[in-house]
Amino acid sequence: MKHDTTPALTSPLIEDAILLEPILRTGPKFYFTVAVLLAIIALGVFAYLTQFREGLGVTGLGRPVYWGIYITNFVFFIGISHAGTLISAILRIVGAEWRRTITRSAEVITVMVILFGVGNILIDLGRPDRMLNVIKFGRLQSPLLWDVCSITVYLTMSTVYLYLPLIPDIAILRDRTQKRRWLYRTLALGWTGTPRQHRVLEILIGIMAIIVIPVAVSVHTVVSFVFAMTIQPMWHSAIFGPYFVVGAIFSGIAALICAMALIRWVYGLGEYLKNIHFNNLGLLLLVMCFAWFYFTASEFLTTFYGNEPAHMGIFWMKFTGPFAPHFWTMVTTCFVIPVAILCNKRTRTIAGTVIASISVNIGMYLERFIIVVPSLSQPRLPHAESVVYHPTWVEWSILAGCFAAFTLLYVLFTKLFPIVSIWEVQEGRERSIAEVTERLKSYIPEPSSGHQVARQPAVGVGT
Amino acid sequence: MAKWGMTIDLDRCTACQACVTACQAENNLPPTGPDDARRGRNYTWMEMIPFEGEGERPKPIQRLLPRPCLHCDNPPCVKVCPVGATFKNEEGIVGQVFSRCIGCRYCTTACPYTARYFNWTTPRWPEPMATHLNPDVSVRPKGVVEKCSFCHHRLQNARDAARAENRPLRPGEYSTACADACPTGAIVFGDLANPKSDISKLAHSRRAFKLLEDLGTEPKVIYLREGD
Repeated sequence: MKHDTTPALTSPLIEDAILLEPILRTGPKFYFTVAVLLAIIALGVFAYLTQFREGLGVTGLGRPVYWGIYITNFVFFIGISHAGTLISAILRIVGAEWRRTITRSAEVITVMVILFGVGNILIDLGRPDRMLNVIKFGRLQSPLLWDVCSITVYLTMSTVYLYLPLIPDIAILRDRTQKRRWLYRTLALGWTGTPRQHRVLEILIGIMAIIVIPVAVSVHTVVSFVFAMTIQPMWHSAIFGPYFVVGAIFSGIAALICAMALIRWVYGLGEYLKNIHFNNLGLLLLVMCFAWFYFTASEFLTTFYGNEPAHMGIFWMKFTGPFAPHFWTMVTTCFVIPVAILCNKRTRTIAGTVIASISVNIGMYLERFIIVVPSLSQPRLPHAESVVYHPTWVEWSILAGCFAAFTLLYVLFTKLFPIVSIWEVQEGRERSIAEVTERLKSYIPEPSSGHQVARQPAVGVGT
Repeated sequence: MAKWGMTIDLDRCTACQACVTACQAENNLPPTGPDDARRGRNYTWMEMIPFEGEGERPKPIQRLLPRPCLHCDNPPCVKVCPVGATFKNEEGIVGQVFSRCIGCRYCTTACPYTARYFNWTTPRWPEPMATHLNPDVSVRPKGVVEKCSFCHHRLQNARDAARAENRPLRPGEYSTACADACPTGAIVFGDLANPKSDISKLAHSRRAFKLLEDLGTEPKVIYLREGD
């Protein structure tokens, strides 16, 4: 291995040394954070053990509300997972140069949060000891099997897609640090930064970025199919696939903004995660706000106009009934607040986009809740007793535990690997400015000869 | 091949709930109280559904409709099961394999009749009852889904008896606990595929209707409207 003598790696690191800081130095704040997170996780684990011992009777679930917080979590976490891979892949493909410092933090969200999406399905099982029956006796006609297949592929691909652009940075760590050398040496796969290695890496990242997009879209589509394939009122809807995908990207961007703001604040990366990043993501969030509103409005207007009694029962439960507080909070936090903040350039600041993002994530959690629970609360056949679903401490503790465990995994990642891609920033500095200038020139017609070329088709259309 | 079905004559039904009780005893359903009912934790494979009858009085008359599992010919629950723990057999009975069910409760949410039940906890019986369980029906563990089986164990017993005597199964030999218990004969069980059976004639009565017929689930439990 010649890596210790590679000169190309030493020079830029003086510039980007701050990106290695979290890995090299660990302060008391880190241990405090980890301790708090571990305490919350312990509560979640205790809650789950209680449920495992006693059965799902310790939750607030019952007949007919068979699904509650866990399924809401599942949809929510899988939705958040769209933050990373999908957004990063799109930004890479379109060559958005501002992506360079944010793609890593986005991709990590995906990989970490999928685990909790899947985890919540397992927590929801009455017989988790039999979960391998899904593989042993799996029936492909069940939408749950579609989820299993799609999410497995997505998790695998997202992990590869996170890992590939990480290799050059792992090589930097291998060469520069004394810590965990065996780990970095193994994971760096002998990367020395030769032009050939760079070419291969770029091709692989390019391929992954393209194929990961349809996979990501398929994941949230089949998540929606779990509901849409049944004939239950306000679930059985053809719009659910795209509606869920839009909602997922929406909440994903919001989660990414929150994560970026935290990273920026904790590790002092203001130079890397600038106003412009939050501004651009804020604009993207604004676009998704309108897309989300369009889908929601279409869904509710179609139901209202069709006026089928079973569907209208659920509709009024959400509009004016017991789920009205959830519904109207959702409309406020998913649409009114973010639009008000993000439409105005003066409020589209870091603080502004973070407030909008927190608001959107609260709203999107509520959205998932009022998709899952109301349709079950009022079944087609009347009930002698009307059952109201109140989640118990077990469900809330497990929810808190999931959030804490996700945060812990994310924090640990930032302590093991650079959360901002060092080599991509370097590459941006060294190569992209020239490339972008070239690209820009290619967009604009040449002053003299280009003028004539541009006129010719116009004449053709006229005659 | 037989096609087992049931007719429930609402004109004869007095809502006495003998069928509910008979089912509880026959199928080892754990006893539950009003608290459990409020939390949606009661087990009533045969359940009384409240509905508004056609009434001439100032107010429509509140009526009750007995609802077992309807054993749909096109069952929405079977389609969605990820592990094949629920199935429709060749005689049309929709069954549940307790030992395979993973407890995901997808079937319970997919059933438009909410006729499926989940074991939220390990079922418990008070002391004298615990020793009087029906040995023909397995006691379900916590975490699995259960439902009306058209007393499938009775079919197996009747078949065994017929086979021992080397003769075919006779009409009326296999019936469900609810049909046997009904004091007014409102519940009739039998073979819908046999055109000469009582149930076939009732099923073709002009009073016959199916629950939520427009969903296309093709239930094999057929109701007879009041009023004739």
